[in-house]
Amino acid sequence: MYAIKVEKLTKKFNGFTAVDDISFAVEEGEIFGLLGPNGAGKTTTINMLSTILNITSGTAEVAGYDTARQKDNVRKSIGIVFQDPALDTKLTGRENLEFHGMMYGMRRDEIKARIDEVLELVELSDKADVLVEKYSGGMKRRLEIARGLLHRPKVLFLDEPTLGLDAQTRRRIWEYVKKLNKETGITIVLTTHYMEEADYLCDRVAIIDHGKIIAIDKPSKLKDVLGGDVVCLEIEGKTEKYMKHISSLKWIKSMKKRDGKLCLTMERGEKRIPYLVCKAESCGVKIASVNLHKPSLEDVFLYYTGRMIRDETGSNNFRREIMRRRHGM
Amino acid sequence: MTGFISVYVLWLREMKRFIRAKSRIIGMLSMPLLFLAFMGFGFSGLSIPGLDRSVSYMSFLVPGIIGMGILFNSMFAGISVLWDREFGFLKEIMVAPVKRIYIALGRIAGGATTALVQGILILLISIGVGFAVPSVFAFLSALVFMALISVTFIGLGLVFASKMKDMQGFNLIMNFIIFPMFFLSGALFPLDNLPFFIKVISYIDPLTYGVDGLRASLIGFSVFGIFFDFAALLAFSALFVFLGTYFFEKSESV
Repeated sequence: MYAIKVEKLTKKFNGFTAVDDISFAVEEGEIFGLLGPNGAGKTTTINMLSTILNITSGTAEVAGYDTARQKDNVRKSIGIVFQDPALDTKLTGRENLEFHGMMYGMRRDEIKARIDEVLELVELSDKADVLVEKYSGGMKRRLEIARGLLHRPKVLFLDEPTLGLDAQTRRRIWEYVKKLNKETGITIVLTTHYMEEADYLCDRVAIIDHGKIIAIDKPSKLKDVLGGDVVCLEIEGKTEKYMKHISSLKWIKSMKKRDGKLCLTMERGEKRIPYLVCKAESCGVKIASVNLHKPSLEDVFLYYTGRMIRDETGSNNFRREIMRRRHGM
Repeated sequence: MTGFISVYVLWLREMKRFIRAKSRIIGMLSMPLLFLAFMGFGFSGLSIPGLDRSVSYMSFLVPGIIGMGILFNSMFAGISVLWDREFGFLKEIMVAPVKRIYIALGRIAGGATTALVQGILILLISIGVGFAVPSVFAFLSALVFMALISVTFIGLGLVFASKMKDMQGFNLIMNFIIFPMFFLSGALFPLDNLPFFIKVISYIDPLTYGVDGLRASLIGFSVFGIFFDFAALLAFSALFVFLGTYFFEKSESV
């Protein structure tokens, strides 16, 4: 049984295709990531799966319900944390949760008990009766996660859960998400444009660009297309014999020499470096520096698209968003 | 049942916000009270064309100002859906397993309650400066009209909120919808002497019947008669609640 099944899903806005014919499935209990630059169609996909956007064509099933025809059932089965805060800042944390519980048709005593539980989980119990406008960004996000969990959904959507948070808070959110998934077995679908986030959290990742899924697999498998770690040696002296020897080694997958640097691809590079250095000495080659590069999902994205995600991260968009909010006040 | 609970919880949220926003209560009260003070005392000795000598201008004005206060409050309550969109909370409401009609009704219930409170406050302050309410029945009858005015204009506000993307257009609505409706309703002066085509516009202004009904209830002075006012306003409120919920259901939430 799949928690989510998407087939040929497409969304067009006035002729612009934001999500272009994507298909994927998420298994129950999985942490599934949609990774891609801003504007790739991640949020649009989540909005369609959570029924707040209508589908242009294709089908999507969430927790066994059709998102177009069984909206209310889908809504009961999901929890969602939107990219922008969606809290009533004039209410306290607890009141926000009470509002949510009642909107989802929970019983009063159940709401009360469950609120204590989820607040405990995100460590906000002592701030429960403070107005949300006094919360920090990280606290707001944690409260939203708590809220998303309140009605015991089967699937939790997290849209850029750590956007705009500092490194420390981001770590904490990651730990909550991991713990949550492990302890409750809830299926989690998250979008992100942070490589480390997708890599660290997700069981499987779909790399999405221009509304299309360009690769989908476990993070480790995705990185396998790159052939492993890259070790770059800055070498001087008589290098010919050394290079000949190296190229004959079975575990070297590729070799390139550029500007006095020898770049080798191999698996478990850190274990091979001592050998490479020793061999250089015995061949009379001087090594000026060694650099080990573990492939990241960034490299995978680069491999498939020829671009870096960071080139077009939404830092500008994000800044604009903040400006807009400030002036909107 | 779940529908009723969602209307209730939306109403409850509105009440909590209302009680906490002291400045909003004062802000919303200040304009009607300033109008009441400046116009009421300023024109108190004048003979107003179309106004019977037996009715003092102050007592003529009080129901009009109550209508005004409720008009402004209610339009704002309807349009405040846009604030929820601006601050993101609308998404939390929209993704809940609740039919949108209940969301619209919850908004109307909450807005109508706050508008009623403001209307009653204006009335109480007026009584404090000498306005006399003839009977409990008059007061209750006025409450009915206040509620109907409020529901009508929250419905209208919801229509605008569903059609607009942000609060940018609010000033336009203020200047071209709310103020004309206020001035043409007969809240400040009798409509008798207006040119014909302006009179026609005032006859399609729901507030005209609201103010007239309030006057009929509170000072026994009416142009159309209390039952006609009630029927007209009831029709308007039904129409605008329908339109408001209809457009709200059609609107995209993101």
